[in-house]
Amino acid sequence: MKTLVQNKTNSYCETGNYHTFCPISCVSWLYQKIEDSFFLVIGTKTCGYFLQNALSVMIFSEPRYAMAQLEEGDISAQYNEYSELLKVCLKIKKDRLPKVIFWIGTCTTEIIKMDLESTAKKIEAEIEVPIVVANANGLDYSFTQGEDTVLAALIKKAPLRKNKSLNTTPQLFLFGSLPNFISTQLSLELSKQGIKVAGWLPSSKFTQLPSIAPGDFVCGVHPYLSRAAYTLIRQRECRLIIAPFPIGPDGTRAWIEKICVTLGYSISGLKEREKQIWNKLVSYTNKLEGKTVFFTGDNLLELSLARLLTSCKMKVCEIGIPYLDKRYQAGELELIEKICKEQGIRMPKIVEKPDNYNQLDRIREFQPELVITGMALANPLEARGINTKWSVEFTFAQIHGFGNSENLLKLITRPLSRTQHLVNT
Amino acid sequence: MKLAYWMYAGPAHIGTLRIASSFQNVLAIMHAPLGDDYFNVMRSMLERQKNLPKVTTNIIDRHVLTQGSANKIIRNIIRKDKEESPKLILITPTCTSSILQEDLDNFIKKSSLETNADVLLADINHYRNNEYQAADITLKQIIHFYIKKYTNSKISLTKEPSVNIIGAYSLAFHNQHDILELIKVLTELNIKINLILPKGASIEELEKLPKAWVNIVPYRETGILAAKWLKENFNIPYISTTPLGHENLAIWIKELEYCLKSKGRVNLNFNNFIENKTTFNSQSFWFSRSIDCQNLIGKSAVVFGDSTHVAAITKILKKDLGINILWAGTYCISDQNWFKHTLKEYTNNIFVSENYSVVEKLIKIASPDAIFGTQMERHVGKKLGIPCGVISAPIHIQNYPIGYRPFFGYEGANQLIDMIYNTFSLGMETILLEVFGGHDRQVTETASFLNKGDIYWTKEAENIFAQIPKIFQKKIKHKIDTYAASLNKTIVTPEILYKAKASLTK
Repeated sequence: MKTLVQNKTNSYCETGNYHTFCPISCVSWLYQKIEDSFFLVIGTKTCGYFLQNALSVMIFSEPRYAMAQLEEGDISAQYNEYSELLKVCLKIKKDRLPKVIFWIGTCTTEIIKMDLESTAKKIEAEIEVPIVVANANGLDYSFTQGEDTVLAALIKKAPLRKNKSLNTTPQLFLFGSLPNFISTQLSLELSKQGIKVAGWLPSSKFTQLPSIAPGDFVCGVHPYLSRAAYTLIRQRECRLIIAPFPIGPDGTRAWIEKICVTLGYSISGLKEREKQIWNKLVSYTNKLEGKTVFFTGDNLLELSLARLLTSCKMKVCEIGIPYLDKRYQAGELELIEKICKEQGIRMPKIVEKPDNYNQLDRIREFQPELVITGMALANPLEARGINTKWSVEFTFAQIHGFGNSENLLKLITRPLSRTQHLVNT
Repeated sequence: MKLAYWMYAGPAHIGTLRIASSFQNVLAIMHAPLGDDYFNVMRSMLERQKNLPKVTTNIIDRHVLTQGSANKIIRNIIRKDKEESPKLILITPTCTSSILQEDLDNFIKKSSLETNADVLLADINHYRNNEYQAADITLKQIIHFYIKKYTNSKISLTKEPSVNIIGAYSLAFHNQHDILELIKVLTELNIKINLILPKGASIEELEKLPKAWVNIVPYRETGILAAKWLKENFNIPYISTTPLGHENLAIWIKELEYCLKSKGRVNLNFNNFIENKTTFNSQSFWFSRSIDCQNLIGKSAVVFGDSTHVAAITKILKKDLGINILWAGTYCISDQNWFKHTLKEYTNNIFVSENYSVVEKLIKIASPDAIFGTQMERHVGKKLGIPCGVISAPIHIQNYPIGYRPFFGYEGANQLIDMIYNTFSLGMETILLEVFGGHDRQVTETASFLNKGDIYWTKEAENIFAQIPKIFQKKIKHKIDTYAASLNKTIVTPEILYKAKASLTK
């Protein structure tokens, strides 16, 4: 494998020729999360085509997002970007009455060097609707990192809690977009330990963004939010709790524990809670135990999922991942190393910026019992007798916290159950 | 800058990729940023492709912006040549690479010195061509390139009459079934198939393309450029009639006869074939004459989609079934003159638009009994409670059926009639259900509904009113109230009710 460049023990970097969703796809879940928002993707027909096909039925329910489709005159600067964008934003304001407009910059705006930031400031003043600019382009980011860039931009708009004398005790804020149902569940888990969550980023309304003060604690719920994390540290002087992510019973427990330890709370009943959940999941873990799994990598959830599957005693052949931030994901890396050590197995190989073509070679070699991959390779691999799970589903399904562990394992075991079913009937 | 939520035709590179991936031994390399390879997902998902993708990406990232992509793209071309040994590597520009303005052609020349495969740059402009136009251009480009490359001696026609079918594409609407149906008709006419393009064809086979007597281009959107070029350079006549529906089929077969005659088969006569097929073999011809179809006469419909399907299906709706076409429209702007000309005898309202909200508005205004359109119109129909039959791309996975569902040929005509009939009869069923109060019968509580407002209804008036079909009640109530108010009455009695009726039906 001469294209693999080794960085550290068991961590490699390849060519970056892999399939993933364009990061502008984050508008699909973010517009649902932030109820008073409107997302405007400033790009070309290619972006629009991707969105309308990837999101299929969502398009028909009058979503709060649209394309500002660039024409030849925009590219050659025959049209003035300020007046063009003003026209579009005025229409959006009139038709949809949003409390905030997100501008999503794309590859094209990046290459032609459209100065979205300063144009946004002018237009914001003109139309009296706040504008948040985020560059979620395929030149720099993959798939879920789109949310990261949007959150990082949003944090700059969050109000500052100025009056220090009123509230001196630092508060805890969580960041990462989750459906309200799930974020409430996670907040409740923490409140069982006596910890109060002061607010979430993003909040379900732009107008209710939490106010953060220097010295406050922040903790992420997704593995792909490193930019947002650094923005909180550097621009808001927050203290980041580096923990594994609350995905699976093991991750959720470790996440809560880390928060408790950092904030100086004693931990009660967590070990039993985790055990209880695992007991409920026996029928799933039995199915997974001893089987091999391969991640081709496309959404940055791979490390957390591989850690969970290692806990389920699966053998992980390879963890493909678009980008691994070793500082932000340190908690997760530590946990998987610990689990491997406990089981007496080697740490699985992590491949950053993978090469799908080379990965196919390795898949042929390993013949894993399950490949977690994108839709471009899923059907061809199934046709070659290899079970696959479509990785994008993990981004859209509810997988966080103790309560969703069963949901998550159901997703992972489904291809195996299907194969078993087909063999038995 | 244009505010857009949805588009009917995709970007140019999709068209090029559809052509490239249709051929057997062609590999396409997109010059694009990460995430633009969504085409592979569509192929694997919609067509349930078993083959590994034949489209790969030369990824444009930040380094490319500073250093250019020369080395990278040349390396990738050579690598793919070694790994997969295709006959042709087609480099596809995308919207992003168009604005980088790199000399892709030069990189290609350099790399082709080291590859076994031919290397071509798709000659498309992202900001001027859409998916269909780009497919048309690319197909012509490939044909042009290989015929120039292969042909050095004089080409002779096949001994027996034969045709090329230029119109088999990946990701096209019911295409696989359509082509099978065409083969069936041609076989029954004893005409050989020289080549089917581009799906399934290998590059080497292009050599024998000029041997055919006639070219058949069943879909107007893609293939015409190639057919025209072959006509100019090899004098092969082409047929661009769509073999969809009886009348078009008859025209198509007669055109075929005419073309073959012009090539020397003077004794051909397909009249008997057409008559036999139409009157005896096909169900749909009889169906439109059967008693059930009387009910369709005078029903109204609107039709929207690509020009091929809208033109053919509008004709069938109007001529065969007597359906009143409120309007017909297409999103194929480049072909609008043909479209308007072809449809002018079937409806007074013809329009061309790429804007789905215009289409939605026009559907609302027309409020037809049924819609025939794309996936988008199906959803508009759902919203408005109007049934819709899907007749054209863009489509979703349910429109890639695994059962045999052609639109072309005699079987296609049958399928189409079923679809049209079901669309209308489902609509009828819902209306009847409403009239009779749904599946579970309930006694209508008219009182609460009638006595809301300034005007009071007597018990007797209510009872009479209850006999009116439910779906009309709201509208009629409003009219009666207005009538009563115009007489300065505050109580609606049976007397007023009948008076109102008389005055309203005048």
